[in-house]
Amino acid sequence: MSRLLFALVVYLLVAVMVVLPPVLVFAAALSHGLRVAMATLADPDALSAIRLTMIVTGISVAINTVFGTMAAWTLAHFRFPGRNLLVVLIELPLSVSPVVGGLVWLLVFGTQGWWGAALERWGHPVLFAPPGIVLATVFVTFPYVTRTLMPMLAHNGREAEEAAVMLGANLWQVLWHVTLPGARLALLSGVLLTTARAMGEFGAVSVVSGHIPGLTETMPLHIETLYNGYQTVAAFTMAALLALMAMGVVMARNLTERRHGRTENTA
Amino acid sequence: MNPSRPSPFPGLRWQRDPLPGFGLGLGMTLFWLGTIVILPMVALVVRPWGEGLHSGLRAFAHAAHDGRMLAAIRVSFTSALLAAVADLVPGLLIAWALVRSDIPARRLIDMLVELPFALPTAVVGITMATLYGPNGWLGGPLARWGVHVAFTQAGIVLALMFIGLPFVVRTIAPVLRHLPRDVEEAAGILGASRLQVITRVILPALYPALVTAAGMAFARGIGEYGSVIFIAGNQPYHTEIAPLLIVIRLQEYDTQGATLIGFVLVGISLLSLAGIGLLRRHLSYGTD
Repeated sequence: MSRLLFALVVYLLVAVMVVLPPVLVFAAALSHGLRVAMATLADPDALSAIRLTMIVTGISVAINTVFGTMAAWTLAHFRFPGRNLLVVLIELPLSVSPVVGGLVWLLVFGTQGWWGAALERWGHPVLFAPPGIVLATVFVTFPYVTRTLMPMLAHNGREAEEAAVMLGANLWQVLWHVTLPGARLALLSGVLLTTARAMGEFGAVSVVSGHIPGLTETMPLHIETLYNGYQTVAAFTMAALLALMAMGVVMARNLTERRHGRTENTA
Repeated sequence: MNPSRPSPFPGLRWQRDPLPGFGLGLGMTLFWLGTIVILPMVALVVRPWGEGLHSGLRAFAHAAHDGRMLAAIRVSFTSALLAAVADLVPGLLIAWALVRSDIPARRLIDMLVELPFALPTAVVGITMATLYGPNGWLGGPLARWGVHVAFTQAGIVLALMFIGLPFVVRTIAPVLRHLPRDVEEAAGILGASRLQVITRVILPALYPALVTAAGMAFARGIGEYGSVIFIAGNQPYHTEIAPLLIVIRLQEYDTQGATLIGFVLVGISLLSLAGIGLLRRHLSYGTD
């Protein structure tokens, strides 16, 4: 009896707390039928937001993957003074509010910021333009690749890599043929986590984007504009599309985590 | 872990290291960290003092009397704290269901728990506002009972609870799985009731995990923006969260005011993370 009660309580909790919100996203998107929903996506501003999100995500993930991999390699294989400090600093963006993650770029590149005046003379805007959106996204998704990959590299050790060097391999051959094949799934998992976070980033991007529909609005920002403009169906259709993309990426990540036998904390 | 051999000349160690790439790797790491994290964070720390120590102190003294800013920080702080603590109850129940019970559909629940993590914050925001809004699936019936969630602090707490739940479950579940069962069995044999086993044996062993779980949910919740602003009502002094006030200050071209709030928010996050570390160490004395 108490077991049945426990099961019912858990099912109810999961249904109300966790399942109901995503169900509502799709129900609201499809409330006027699939055709109406699809039509809202054909809007030029919507298409521009989708394109910008893809571009920003692609660039941000590429930057954090290349540098994050090198950081994981360095931190896992070498001991040097200040190493622990680097690990702490790499994790720092996780404990910073996304809005602050956007604000700090205003302090550097804004008109009242350090390099604002210099940038103005140069004539290439960083803020309220795609480069600023990329910087904010890179900041917010900064640690994920390193913190997923580093424990795996440390666990694999460096004997195989040292052996490859003895046999005459150079750095790139070691990385490409020895290090990364041994940590493929961990790297993939970190990249997917970065991708999911980058696509949905809202607070940081909101501060540096300028919200220009058709130019500097990513999908999450466009959702806000539509919702505040009472275009509920369009807002939820865009939300449903973004949710599908992010859920697909997170699900792919869970599969890789299961395959490399490690269910690490999602933070 | 396989650290390189200790050397009598620590500064020269890498020159004898058979593995190449230390210089390049460290250089790339420092460049990446320096441009993306350290440079902007230094700007945040330095900015309030930009015109000298005196003007910096005056800015902080002024901020200490800024009622709207203090109220916004209080709203963010109390909401995040309430949500983190409240999340422990469903978090513990779901974690128990996942690793210690035999109820059907555990694998499905395991997957579903990941949903709040997978949903982008802006999506969560408009969804919670609609769900708990006056005409929403849950907000409608609640309103008939006289309970108003949307545009009150309760709405902020609910949104943060949704965001925090996966972190809480994922932190508690592995610890719960590895608790030694023989202690519970021994307590049972010695005559402890089921409730006594839970409150005297299981919960104390879980304290460090519960603190970590709530701490992570709190540290995340205090800076949350996208999932909260749509449901919050955003009324100054009552339901206006600190990150939103940063955005408002920026729209008023008050960069200094925005920076001060950001500075305080980051300070609270870092202090709370350090506090969690200390509390955890204190609580785990004698348990492991």
